[in-house]
Amino acid sequence: MPSLEHIANVIHVWLNNTFSPFWATLFEFVIVGTCIIGLFAMLGLVLIMMERKVSAWMQLRLGPNRVGPVGMFQTVADTLKLMVKEGMTPDGADKFLFNLAPFIAMIIAMVVMAPLMFAKNFQIWDINIGVLFFAAISSVSVIGILMAGWASNNKYSMLGAMRSGAQIVSYELSAGFAILSIVILTGSLRISDIVNSQADGWWIFKGHIPVWIAFVIFLIAVTAETNRAPFDLAEAESELTAGFHTEYSGMKFALFFLAEYVNIFVVCAVGATIFLGGWQPLHFGTGTKFNEIMDYIPSSLWFIGKTFFLIFVIMWFRWTFPRLRIDQLLNLEWKYLLPISMFNLLLVTLMAIMGWHF
Amino acid sequence: MFITKYIKEVFGGVKSLLTGMKLTGWYALHHKKEKITQQYPDNKDTLVLPERFRGEVVMIHDEHNEHACTGCTACELACPNATIKIITKFDITPEGKKKKALDTFVYHLDLCTMCNLCIVACPTDAIKMANTFEHSVYDRSKLLKILNNPGSKIREGIE
Repeated sequence: MPSLEHIANVIHVWLNNTFSPFWATLFEFVIVGTCIIGLFAMLGLVLIMMERKVSAWMQLRLGPNRVGPVGMFQTVADTLKLMVKEGMTPDGADKFLFNLAPFIAMIIAMVVMAPLMFAKNFQIWDINIGVLFFAAISSVSVIGILMAGWASNNKYSMLGAMRSGAQIVSYELSAGFAILSIVILTGSLRISDIVNSQADGWWIFKGHIPVWIAFVIFLIAVTAETNRAPFDLAEAESELTAGFHTEYSGMKFALFFLAEYVNIFVVCAVGATIFLGGWQPLHFGTGTKFNEIMDYIPSSLWFIGKTFFLIFVIMWFRWTFPRLRIDQLLNLEWKYLLPISMFNLLLVTLMAIMGWHF
Repeated sequence: MFITKYIKEVFGGVKSLLTGMKLTGWYALHHKKEKITQQYPDNKDTLVLPERFRGEVVMIHDEHNEHACTGCTACELACPNATIKIITKFDITPEGKKKKALDTFVYHLDLCTMCNLCIVACPTDAIKMANTFEHSVYDRSKLLKILNNPGSKIREGIE
């Protein structure tokens, strides 16, 4: 079976043999862009379907089950509906920013995908500051939300956007500390180095308790960063109707919705990469029969499997936990997560210096 | 001490959240057996409603077309939103005495909140709550119902 790495190489060689290097690079840009947009659409359809089914199972409901076999085409039908709906712009809104905001939210979700390693040696951009790039760009997503909230000229949108700003800025810290603990253990910010350092065991197994704590903190922080329940104060259906996207309709609303789900995919992919070994298969010991069977599974499937496991966990959070108030949210970050993650970072540093990890 | 309280809080919080996750996780794994959604129009034939489900007020008639309503208007007085209107008449008994009896039991289904107070108030258990619930009609006047069957009369021995 040809691996994704193999296909990418064949295309690269063919383009460079056929065209000049400039045109070859340009065509590669176009191909990558098309693939990312395709992945976007697929993720939107699959993740929204998954969310609705998982929530239904956890609440002992059935979920969508009318459109297509077991409701498979429900999200396709929803997307078609949103595409043909009129995209309204309120009279009092700042027209330019109002129409720009959904695209900013989506473009940021796209850009964050650049350093992700989807399979063995299959990556858009192996940048040497991979995780820093992720941390930096994902916190820019708050600009799209603030822009939408401010330009809507609506008190609910404004409140939701301000809350979202406070939330993302706070939780960025503990997410950063959690990522930093793995960076300390690996000694590199490059995603491919982080993945390769886990060839003899994922960090969640090699790193003892401090890495588990970092993993849990990372999960909590990214749940807050993606504005999902139990931290969905930016949307807060019960208080702010829909928060920052109250005034949006049609395809512009769909872009926000899509960006939310793609953000979930991206943060879970990063979590899978730095804690669960990225595309590395599950190995116990060396040279055993079990390891050979695990190696037989393609690396892209390992990556997707781990990512979807984390997405399921985050959905599990959403449909189990009670929502927090804004003061409780900030208490949790500044009084609990931040001190714990700072102390934890010290522990990880000590562990890395003394070589206590496997 | 402050620090032990802090650590206890963290562990207590994590433990209670994990308890919740365990339950929802169990539900997600057993959703096929445990599901509570009724696929209503599809399962119309096999739909089983609980015995105490309150759909509408009906009057109990036996096989001789006799009911137990004495026309005492206790239900009309008990009704909080004037759903019931009882019209009485005077029967002449064989002894030649005049006796108050039910003429028409008018029931406005559109006003009824299924509060069950009329059934509780009835001294002779003449009315009950039925399980029927498909009450939608095209005309509002169809919701005004006469509960006593035409030609029905009170059962012997009910005072």
